[in-house]
Amino acid sequence: MSTQTPDTKEETEESTTSTSPAQARRMEKKRRRAEERAEEAQAEAEAEAEEDTYHLKVFRYDPEVAGKQEPRFDDFHVPFEPGMTVLDALIYARDNYDPSLTFRHSCRQAVCGSDAMFVNGSQKLCCKTQLSDLQEPVRVEPLPHQEVVKDLVVDMQHFYEQMEAVEPYFQTDELPEGELEEQRQTRENREKIKMSTRCIWCGACMSSCNIAAGDNQYLGPAALNKAYRFYMDEREGEDVQQHRLEIIEQEHGVWRCQTQFSCTEVCPKDIPLTEHIQELKREAVKSNLKFW
Amino acid sequence: MTIHEHDVVVVGAGGAGLRAAIAAQEAGADTAIVTKLHPVRSHTGAAEGGINAALREGDSWEDHAYDTMKGSDYLGDAPAIETLCKDSPKETIQLENWGMPFSRDDDGRVSQRPFGGLSFPRTTYAGAETGHHMLHTMYEQLVKRGVRVYDEWYVTNLAVTDEEDPDDRSVHGVVAYDIRSGELHGFQANDGVVIATGGLGQVYDHTTNAVANTGDGVAMAYRAGVPIEDMEFIQFHPTTLPSTGVLITEGVRGEGGILYNSEGERFMFERGYANNAGELASRDVVSRAELTEVNEGRGIEDEYVHLDMRHLGEERITDRLENIIHLAEDFEGVNPLEEPMPVKPGQHYAMGGIETDENGETAVSGLYAAGEAACASVHGGNRLGGNALPELMVFGARAGRHAAGGDMEAAKIETGRTDEAEAGEVDSPVPLGEVGIEGGVAADGGATTATTPSEVVEATLEAERARIEELLEKEDGVHHAKIREEVQQTMTDHVNVFREEGGLKQALADIREAREHYQDVTVEDPSRTYNTDLIQTIETRNVLDLAEAITVGALARDEFRGAHWRKEHQERDDENWLKHTMLSWNDGDPELWFKPVVLEGESKTYEPKIRSY
Repeated sequence: MSTQTPDTKEETEESTTSTSPAQARRMEKKRRRAEERAEEAQAEAEAEAEEDTYHLKVFRYDPEVAGKQEPRFDDFHVPFEPGMTVLDALIYARDNYDPSLTFRHSCRQAVCGSDAMFVNGSQKLCCKTQLSDLQEPVRVEPLPHQEVVKDLVVDMQHFYEQMEAVEPYFQTDELPEGELEEQRQTRENREKIKMSTRCIWCGACMSSCNIAAGDNQYLGPAALNKAYRFYMDEREGEDVQQHRLEIIEQEHGVWRCQTQFSCTEVCPKDIPLTEHIQELKREAVKSNLKFW
Repeated sequence: MTIHEHDVVVVGAGGAGLRAAIAAQEAGADTAIVTKLHPVRSHTGAAEGGINAALREGDSWEDHAYDTMKGSDYLGDAPAIETLCKDSPKETIQLENWGMPFSRDDDGRVSQRPFGGLSFPRTTYAGAETGHHMLHTMYEQLVKRGVRVYDEWYVTNLAVTDEEDPDDRSVHGVVAYDIRSGELHGFQANDGVVIATGGLGQVYDHTTNAVANTGDGVAMAYRAGVPIEDMEFIQFHPTTLPSTGVLITEGVRGEGGILYNSEGERFMFERGYANNAGELASRDVVSRAELTEVNEGRGIEDEYVHLDMRHLGEERITDRLENIIHLAEDFEGVNPLEEPMPVKPGQHYAMGGIETDENGETAVSGLYAAGEAACASVHGGNRLGGNALPELMVFGARAGRHAAGGDMEAAKIETGRTDEAEAGEVDSPVPLGEVGIEGGVAADGGATTATTPSEVVEATLEAERARIEELLEKEDGVHHAKIREEVQQTMTDHVNVFREEGGLKQALADIREAREHYQDVTVEDPSRTYNTDLIQTIETRNVLDLAEAITVGALARDEFRGAHWRKEHQERDDENWLKHTMLSWNDGDPELWFKPVVLEGESKTYEPKIRSY
């Protein structure tokens, strides 16, 4: 399994010593009670479990709670309703069986990008993944190739750093005069960048990429797509374009991509990421030829 | 004890928070954002329709202001409305100058379309995902400027002094919980704190809002003594998907989409709800029309009506509304190119919020608010579609600049209790406010011996630590999910589009019961690492306080204005009710009062007229 949990041995010991005995006892008691409750609820659910429940196997890990320090899978049997998504099922399991089940989610409509996870072996946005499209048991794991913080929550810091490394902001020194003057942009150019602007920073692409897994400095598909979004925007001047090429052409930039299309396959917003990276490669070649 | 120190601390990182932070930093302040979600996860990203801005020939800020005042059902304050309409064009063009990918006309200028209640097609848009592009564009600018962001830090309270009169209090920072590590830190703000925590949709069960929209900032400010205004005015958006509450933009109707009942009637016209504007009447009008159709047996499956846009053709839909195709398919299993979409009203927006003036300042010194959390008041009784996004920009920028000590014109709107305040009363069947303080008073957030700003922050940090320890230590009790469900159920049953006295009183009784259950609330997850159980438990307290405030306002206001419909009072009552509903926490014993609406604008006075579309 590619899910990574941090090596927390030392940290764990440290946090145990800094916890007061009373707190440790309380935590232990709470944990036991929570487990008993979860077991009872599960037993009930399983007793009722006919074909109208869905069986989930959910990855669990908590660096400071006894019994969860070693990663494990918990089984949840969730009553099925038509239209139910993986996120709905996780919420149900949390609110009814185990309040400590932890995952990020917010908008429930595929725009905040919080709930990308590894579902039955591929990166999915849980809020737009229908349970009925999945084989049982539905295996839910945190995004691979990122450190797990707890249960289904991963550390996104590296992803954010790569995004920020491509200067992900509009740059031009040719703004029109006058406070109310807009820059003109053709409909065609807006169409050209449209798909690239849909990125919701969910991290599914980066997690699916073998190259990113092996090369931590690789900018990755999301950041390169962000670079594409600005590089292709006709409102930025040529100097800025040239500067952007230098960023994406670096050793851990576009040339690392081996066109495996895994990012494109998992993107929940259908962004043609691989194509965008290929286009940037062509631009880089063209630009280099120009200077010969 | 760790205290971080900045000039300006912005709470929340949606549109208003980002805009405030950019403005504060530009005014020279060392600025930090403290936010429970990473900025790009904020719910501004879900806004679809667009930004109202008078940019084109034939349009004017005055027309925009008139439409907004009429849309507010004459409960908006003219100085705030005029500020919005005057500043919106420059803020909108600024977004364009920051690279926002707006939809474009053939001449390369940003596109605009018609929206409900507007006399000119001034809703500037980027497909049906305007909010997404706006949020990301502003976050990009934040990255460019290197503003410090503490993300996944949950602000649990404001550090406010405890003078007896809330108008004498000042804020010196906030206390926030690092969700990842479980540590609680203080944040001292030398110049000001800006609240930009957005909506409170989680008070209801069928809402377009995110799970994170629990009204935290409004509840914290309220408990710290800042008056909250017009809370009863909740917007129910007429076109949400029945099974999830996902929003279908008003842009669908703006582009020509039509509403039908089960008999195939275009009821907005055929049943006389809005003989001129039809589907593009303002949102409160359309929501009531839909529910009336359903209640009179002309709904589909007794629940919803149909929104049909097939006649617009695939090309136009894909060009301007593509996101709607994905939303309808993914969240309702309907392909809107082939069949009409089922839609029903859902909670969408809180017109009320923290009382501010048109510079974003509240009655507590150093405390500012902007966006949906604030009430300036621009929207009054009903917000027009396309007016929330410019509000974020305009008042976010002003609050940020003001907090940083930038030059501002003096505000015309007065905050806090002035000579014009009128005492109010509400006939509640149960006690309101804090449980268990009858007779005594438990000051909230008050730091009795603290005098210097850092002492105020430290004292608040200590108090919050004690509160969180208590929540974590309690061994047996009620789970927050149950309490939240109780509140959402009664709000949905009784404080919805249609309201009547008996139901409102029932809701107050139910909320009281839920408050009592909250006395025994328990956090089951023992971990200090990413404990969402704890965060949701604290959020639920905020949901409780706001549900009560909404219901108190709804019961007190015995008239029908904007989104607030009362069965027993079917007329707008300008003689008695041209005034804002104000609620002060009063250390746990909420007090209702009123202040007059300001209808005097810069060069004219807005005369209340009959509002028809």
